[in-house]
Amino acid sequence: MDNQTSHLVVSPVPHIRSALTTQRIMLNVIIALLPALIASTVIFGLRSLLVVAVTTASCVLFEYLWCRIRKTASTIGDLSAVVTGLLLAFNLPPTVPLYLPVIGAIAAIIVTKELFGGIGCNFANPAIVGRITLAVSFPARMTSYLYPKLLMDCDALTSATPLAVSDQRLSLLDLFLGTHGGVIGETCALALLLGLIWLLATRTIEITIPLTYVGTVAVFSAICGENVLYQILSGGLLLGAVFMATDYTTSPFFRRGKIVFGVGLGVITCLIRFWGNMNEGVSYSILIMNLLVPYINRVFRRTPMGGGTRK
Amino acid sequence: MNKKASIVWNGIFKENPSLRLVLGTCPTLAVTTLAVNGLGMGLAATFVLICSGAVISALRNIIPSKVRLPAYITIIAAFVTLLMMLVKAYLPALNSALGVYLPLIVVNCIILGRAEMFASKNKVLDSALDGLGMGLGFTLTLVLMGSIREILGSGTLFGLNLHIPMDPMTVFITPPGGFFVFGVLMGLAILLENYTGHRMERKQSCEGCPAAGMCQGEEEA
Repeated sequence: MDNQTSHLVVSPVPHIRSALTTQRIMLNVIIALLPALIASTVIFGLRSLLVVAVTTASCVLFEYLWCRIRKTASTIGDLSAVVTGLLLAFNLPPTVPLYLPVIGAIAAIIVTKELFGGIGCNFANPAIVGRITLAVSFPARMTSYLYPKLLMDCDALTSATPLAVSDQRLSLLDLFLGTHGGVIGETCALALLLGLIWLLATRTIEITIPLTYVGTVAVFSAICGENVLYQILSGGLLLGAVFMATDYTTSPFFRRGKIVFGVGLGVITCLIRFWGNMNEGVSYSILIMNLLVPYINRVFRRTPMGGGTRK
Repeated sequence: MNKKASIVWNGIFKENPSLRLVLGTCPTLAVTTLAVNGLGMGLAATFVLICSGAVISALRNIIPSKVRLPAYITIIAAFVTLLMMLVKAYLPALNSALGVYLPLIVVNCIILGRAEMFASKNKVLDSALDGLGMGLGFTLTLVLMGSIREILGSGTLFGLNLHIPMDPMTVFITPPGGFFVFGVLMGLAILLENYTGHRMERKQSCEGCPAAGMCQGEEEA
């Protein structure tokens, strides 16, 4: 090394910097969500696009207004509100009246995110809390799923989610392509898998949580004698496993913790699906496991190099 | 403001039992699904507060301090029994709406708390006024909470249909909605304290915080 040009740089951590900013990560997630957005527009029509637009716009607006009221620098530039809005919209049936997304955005952005300190401080995934708030507030509106236009002669027909239909009338191909009733973003497994591939290729997320989550559901369903593929492809499992459970703030830091997290998600989802009152347990399982994340992190905390024993 | 009026004002705002002393939380959360229930509960508690405050204050030099709590409870229970009979006879609808929370006024922390903190040390009239102030503060909070929960959860106010062009949010008449409204109101009370400069000292300690083991923060006084 040339002594003339070398400098000894003394600086506090972090020593490794990269171009990976919050904005870049969020942009990757948005790109990964696009296939599902396109699929939902094809399956459910322009109405679902309108719901997505209203939800996303109100999420961004509430974050902007909050920053104005608190007189802090606006944080809408990091795109996290856009991601929250998209995910919340993906959890709504396309038939909802348009005030529902606005209320959901308040629950997600103001209550869950900003009241607890903004991005990185939320105790649970904002979109999940928004969805659950709406689900317990407007149970009828949130379960009136639209049957896709593609398959029907009439304009539209509402029907139950495939999970509620006991005789499994839908073929697995229908489930895979998403041409069945459900919330906007959950139906098309193909589009969600494309999103997963993008997230993995850009190293935005690790495969650990989606794999352990879906794997646990598969094993649990097989043990209980349910149709494994049917359980995996129907409902919000893939949407939850790929996009909701992998939120950085509300998932464990380390791989062993992530495995525990994913297994817990799978077990709770199956318990709710098979023996609970409700047809779908993905959102509740994610909320419950979100709350356990600090404890999981504590159990699997790494000892720093050169650090002493744990207290 | 003279002293008597300030005792009453104290209960309504400065030491609002629900929002600032955080007493009587159980009825505050349980009965406020409708504004009218909140009003009924608040007035019932006010009646007991005034009467028991006056009697306890009158007997404060006779009751031996070792057995003062059983003695207070007996006095309070006497007035609650009286109240229950009156409500059952004249307001059967309120009686069924309040249910078990009406007899539970006996163990309402506000009443026992004021007996211990105020009535046992002050004169009869002052104690009755303190009971009035505390009762009014409690009633106002309950009506406020009941109104918010009724408007959002049922779309009505005191039974009147407000014709809000959206579905009622059923979550607000369930316990989680109650906790949410209570928390927001307490937050607003602190905001108001900051604006008026009456910031109350609240003890924040790490006990009971689930993250206590992890943050290892110093205990704040």
